[in-house]
Amino acid sequence: MIRTPLRPLARILRARANGENPDAIEKENRLLRAEAIRDRARDRAESRLFTLGLMFFCAFVAVGLRMGVVAGSVPEEPRAAVEGSPIIGQRADIIDRNGRLLATNFDTNALYAQPQQMVDPAGAAHKLAAIFPELDEDRLVRDFSGERKFVWVRRTLSAEQMQAVHDIGDPGLLFGPREMRLYPNGPVASHILGGASYGREGVDSAEVIGVAGVEKQFDQYLRDPANEGAPLQLSIDLTVQAAVEQVLAGGMTLMNAKGAAAVLMDVHTGEIISMVSLPDFDPNNRPRALLTGDQSDSPLFNRAVQGVYELGSTFKVFAVAQAMELGLINPNTMIDTRGPLVWGRFRINDFHDYGAQLSTTDVIVESSNIGAARIAMMIGTERQQSFLKSLGLFDATPVEMVEAPTGRPQLPRNWSDLSTMTVSYGHGIADSPLHLATAYASVLNGGTRVTPTLLRRDHLAEGERIVTPAVSAAVRDMIRQVVTRGTASFGDVPGYEVGGKTGTADKPKPNGGYYGDKVIATFASVFPASNPKYVLIVTLDEPSETSGPQPRRTAGWTAVPVAAEMIRRIGPLLGLRPQVDPAQLAGVSLTSN
Amino acid sequence: MTEMVYGTIPTKVEDPILPRWWRTIDKWSMSCILILFGIGLLLGLASSPPLAARNGLDPFYYVTRQAFFGGLAMVAMLLTSMMTPVMVRRLAVVGFVLSFAALAMLPVLGTDFGKGAIRWYSLGFASFQPSEFLKPGFIVVAAWFMAASFEVGGPPGKAYSFGLTVIIVIILALQPDFGQACLILFAWGVMYFVAGAPMTLLTVVAALVVSAGTFAYSHSEHFARRIDGFMSAEVDPRTQIGYATDAIREGGFFGVGVGEGQVKWSLPDAHTDFIIAVAAEEYGLILVLAIIALYATIVVRSLTRLMKERDPFIRLAGCGLACAFGVQAMINMGVAVRLLPAKGMTLPFVSYGGSSIIAGGIAVGMLLAFTRSRPQGEIGDILLRRGR
Repeated sequence: MIRTPLRPLARILRARANGENPDAIEKENRLLRAEAIRDRARDRAESRLFTLGLMFFCAFVAVGLRMGVVAGSVPEEPRAAVEGSPIIGQRADIIDRNGRLLATNFDTNALYAQPQQMVDPAGAAHKLAAIFPELDEDRLVRDFSGERKFVWVRRTLSAEQMQAVHDIGDPGLLFGPREMRLYPNGPVASHILGGASYGREGVDSAEVIGVAGVEKQFDQYLRDPANEGAPLQLSIDLTVQAAVEQVLAGGMTLMNAKGAAAVLMDVHTGEIISMVSLPDFDPNNRPRALLTGDQSDSPLFNRAVQGVYELGSTFKVFAVAQAMELGLINPNTMIDTRGPLVWGRFRINDFHDYGAQLSTTDVIVESSNIGAARIAMMIGTERQQSFLKSLGLFDATPVEMVEAPTGRPQLPRNWSDLSTMTVSYGHGIADSPLHLATAYASVLNGGTRVTPTLLRRDHLAEGERIVTPAVSAAVRDMIRQVVTRGTASFGDVPGYEVGGKTGTADKPKPNGGYYGDKVIATFASVFPASNPKYVLIVTLDEPSETSGPQPRRTAGWTAVPVAAEMIRRIGPLLGLRPQVDPAQLAGVSLTSN
Repeated sequence: MTEMVYGTIPTKVEDPILPRWWRTIDKWSMSCILILFGIGLLLGLASSPPLAARNGLDPFYYVTRQAFFGGLAMVAMLLTSMMTPVMVRRLAVVGFVLSFAALAMLPVLGTDFGKGAIRWYSLGFASFQPSEFLKPGFIVVAAWFMAASFEVGGPPGKAYSFGLTVIIVIILALQPDFGQACLILFAWGVMYFVAGAPMTLLTVVAALVVSAGTFAYSHSEHFARRIDGFMSAEVDPRTQIGYATDAIREGGFFGVGVGEGQVKWSLPDAHTDFIIAVAAEEYGLILVLAIIALYATIVVRSLTRLMKERDPFIRLAGCGLACAFGVQAMINMGVAVRLLPAKGMTLPFVSYGGSSIIAGGIAVGMLLAFTRSRPQGEIGDILLRRGR
């Protein structure tokens, strides 16, 4: 920077020489410098004022534009405060394997009251009690005239009820829109679906939450908005389920049973096509759980999954299959069946005396306890245990229901050699019908393990191998013979080639010992036996068939006819083609008159 | 004879006051102010009856009061605008000293009207907020200090004015009244900027603000949440802002119609801080844009006229007054459309304001006095051609 001197020497000297006051020069220069500074400041101020003006203009334009944007957007309604996370009322549908509706939602309204807005609390309570007989008028009057500011009156209303409440005309009675869970098929598949009720409730919506069955198991999935309402597809076939329920209910009545269960499973995939437990209930109006007594008497109790029973001779199939798999026997090996088989102070008897020896096939066909026990002794305790465990008979079923873990098998506390023998014919071990279905499917489908599922499976994942296909086929052949010439002769359904094994087990008394006149009758079947597609388990609780002079309780007289009728009904529904022998052509006689 | 002995009686060479005032006043700005005042009365008719109903008063009680105080304010504005800059300066200094004393005495004699901050004197028929009167006085005094530093051998006026600012800001912050404190600080900052703040300082301050903001955003969860909440498109419809936003949306471009608005019933501050929402709801975007245009005209015109001003004092004082006026309007409207975080600030001349509208009138009167056209020595420039 070049500084301009205030007293330039040349000018000072010249001024001195001319006799002028040199201070005047400095004064003039000072003035000039001050003016220059002022001019610079002014220029700077001018530009900065311009900047300011420009900024203000832009800011005002921004405010104006923003006003325009806001004014052009759509207004939203201010709503009353909702504490916490918003209530998501939606819930996905549940459909069967063919897309038919099992559970859906229905618009309804809840009725609530704001007593401080009510004109005539007593009158409104009286009229409400007239519309809804289950409401207590005195209690309503108390609620409406007390300190309460908010009273839920009813959780759901039909359209007619809503209109009737409208007609009361009290401004303090208000409707809260919400959805309710609807099971259009009533009690069909009630145990599988479970039921739903309300969780958090608001005046704008209410959460529908599952309380049992798949509704509870898949609660998060069904309520997840991320699924965009995609329905939950089950493996159940609605028509088959309905037919099975109907036949089973009829059979239960005919056989004077107090309960019944049936499981129909795809033998290869483990998909449960139908699962029924009787007595059942209507999930639209789910009954309360029993407060006292045996929960297994409640209609809510799922006998197919939660009920563990000694399933009797149906277990003989496992002993024979394992022994053949181990190479210990073949279908024609003769087994010693002289009875009674005495083990310590325990005697094992057969229903009839079958003579000294039976072939393996006949042990199954005639259902010889002694034969099964001898085969089990050949196998040995450890190998038997590991085989049954690999079939899933030692653990609760992994099926997708919240109740499944409660269906835990009961095993002998001390597994002695005697236990090994009794377990081989299904005593001393208690499993659910679903366990049995799974184990039968695993043994009979060619020998690979299946896991039971309620979800539709499109891809078949090969399970771990249990027995060779040859053993599986041999066992199927044996149980086919049970139907053709054995204990389950009522089970033969023409064309469907039913194979199966009966099981009749005495019911244990609650405090030890067995009842003499109460049994669990089970028929575990597979069809068609030569090319297995489905496993069907039918279990009747305390049946007695009274058409003869003596009441008959064995499975062959009780469970088997019910299962046969079931197969007759559901075979066509499942799309199975009956294998009918070509009919004999009638002889044609050509005559010429 | 007498005249020959004593000389003639000095005669005024100037025009009469009124014609000269009329000739030199910024008529555009003045018209804008008068229109704004009229709009304020119009909106008062819409926004204040709910308040009057709540307080059990005649429906147009507040409108009447606004008209009365507004009339006084207009008179004060006109009178002030007729003064010369020197007279304005004297008035401002006196006003500043008085209101500063009143401000200092607030903790002893003031009242808080149950609002938690002691900012007012209760005069029975009206209340009086010293900080409103302090603001124009302070701006003029600070401008005077700064301008003095331009004189050869003048005092370090910028430092003095800064000290004064700090004192006032601290007093206001203790009340607490952060809104007014920010306005005072802003006005001083603008004047310092125009008075020639060094570029280095401006850069450093800008860098500090940016880094402090970034630091606070990344390290303080509370601050970050405030900013995020402000930035997010979602607005909670149950807050004042939510109601205001909704009112603006409801109004759309042409409004829902006179007296049809709903927001005035739900917003407690509908007649003051959120009057723009009432305007937007009842009269639509049209009126809002008109109001914005009026404020922008006043500010931009004043600043443009001050660009030509040679006197540093007038330049600074006018600039400070115009910017304080403009920024207050801008913050008020920016809050309503969520351009700025919520801050209680009234819309000058439009909001209902009691005695504060008189202070506003005086401030604008000063601004008009400073922006009057006056000789700027252009002839001297042309003739002397010195200093450049």
